[in-house]
Amino acid sequence: MEEKLLDILERICDDEAVREDLEMDLFEEGLLDSLAIAELIVAVEEEFKVVLSPTEYEKEELSTVHKIEKILKAKGVE
Amino acid sequence: MSFYDGLAFFIVLLLGCIPAIILGMMEKRIGNYTILFSIGIIFIIYRETPLELFYLLLYLFLEWHLIALYQYSLRRFGRNKEIFHHAVLFALLPLVMAKLSGFIGHHWFSFLGISYITFKVLQIIIESYDGIIEKNGFSQTVAFLIFFPTLSSGPIDRSRRFEQDFARRWERREYAELLQKGIWKILLGVLYKFVLSVIAYDILGRISGRYDPQYVILYAYVYGIYMFFDFAGYSLMAIGTSYIFGICTPDNFNKPFISRDMKEFWDRWHISLSHWFRDFLFSRFMTDAIRNKRFKNRLNVASMGFIVNMLVMGIWHGLTKDYLLYGLYHGVLLAVTEIYQKKKWYRRVKSKKWYQCISWFVTLNLVMFGFLIFSGKFLEIWAVLMKYL
Repeated sequence: MEEKLLDILERICDDEAVREDLEMDLFEEGLLDSLAIAELIVAVEEEFKVVLSPTEYEKEELSTVHKIEKILKAKGVE
Repeated sequence: MSFYDGLAFFIVLLLGCIPAIILGMMEKRIGNYTILFSIGIIFIIYRETPLELFYLLLYLFLEWHLIALYQYSLRRFGRNKEIFHHAVLFALLPLVMAKLSGFIGHHWFSFLGISYITFKVLQIIIESYDGIIEKNGFSQTVAFLIFFPTLSSGPIDRSRRFEQDFARRWERREYAELLQKGIWKILLGVLYKFVLSVIAYDILGRISGRYDPQYVILYAYVYGIYMFFDFAGYSLMAIGTSYIFGICTPDNFNKPFISRDMKEFWDRWHISLSHWFRDFLFSRFMTDAIRNKRFKNRLNVASMGFIVNMLVMGIWHGLTKDYLLYGLYHGVLLAVTEIYQKKKWYRRVKSKKWYQCISWFVTLNLVMFGFLIFSGKFLEIWAVLMKYL
């Protein structure tokens, strides 16, 4: 799952840097913004078949690769 | 009598706060009393306009059933896009009727607060579809919808957040702090709304009707300042009152005039409204457009998203040319900001002091020009200018 998620994030952020540090704050680094989040929601829905809602999480809860992974795991993605 | 206006209202409010404060300080739940007092004050305020009261009650009756039935359909039949669209349509119908019936000389569903209450119902419907809300209890939902401090003009709270506070039993120390903050906010609100905004309004009266450029610029600025103190003052009083009733209604303004770009401005101005639009219109438009690959690149999606978003916000303010133009203006500005901020040049200079100063100055003037449109003055001047030419 991590590999697939990293592929998605690399495509959305258009930057390999997402792979380097999974605890890096993606908003602070300017890699994610609200538009990228919309893309992430769609990509995650298509790839993992789980629905993320724009109002379900605070921005901080989606700020690193690890945090996004944790959310997906909680939604039952293996 | 109307909300946050006149001595009578504040006397009723003061008397109504006393039991809430006693309950809060005794570490009891305030919720049931809040419902009771909300109903009481609604009857007092709508007493002179029985038709509005009738529409409010009819609205609550219909929308509660819409919510309950929609949530039942989700449990029974699962997530169905078509049913969802119908539910959204029905939630919007009373507001649309209120806005349109004016053109044929009627006031269907026009009651004080319908614009704001509609946001709350839509939020519940949309988050139910998203699967974040499973089932709404009757009394919490009614309490959320008729919560008197924010009934007529917001700030727009969210049901899940509201219900947490509503069910909460505050510890004495916590409640005392809340009470203190609430009183402070109300007093600050009174200063904003009844002193500062009145001064600004007075100046507006003196300079309106003059069309020399320096007066027009002054008008835009003073109008912007007036709008801020008037609405931020109102919001502060509503938030402060909420606090006394144990509900931490979210803030609505956060120093809007220090914004350094238009996106920041909408994070600081009428926050509860702009965030509502961001969460329930903009982001939905975005995910939908991306999913169906409606645009070639992300920037076009975002630009279109901003324009649609702000245009709808303009329409919501009212069906007049001024508001439509105001929405379009802000939509285009946000789209341009988005495109501009993706440039390499911007990334290089954005944290430099000199750049931030210029950016602040430009933003402030763009904002004030927006207020000139909002005030109706811009199209008025435009008409005069056209005649002259």
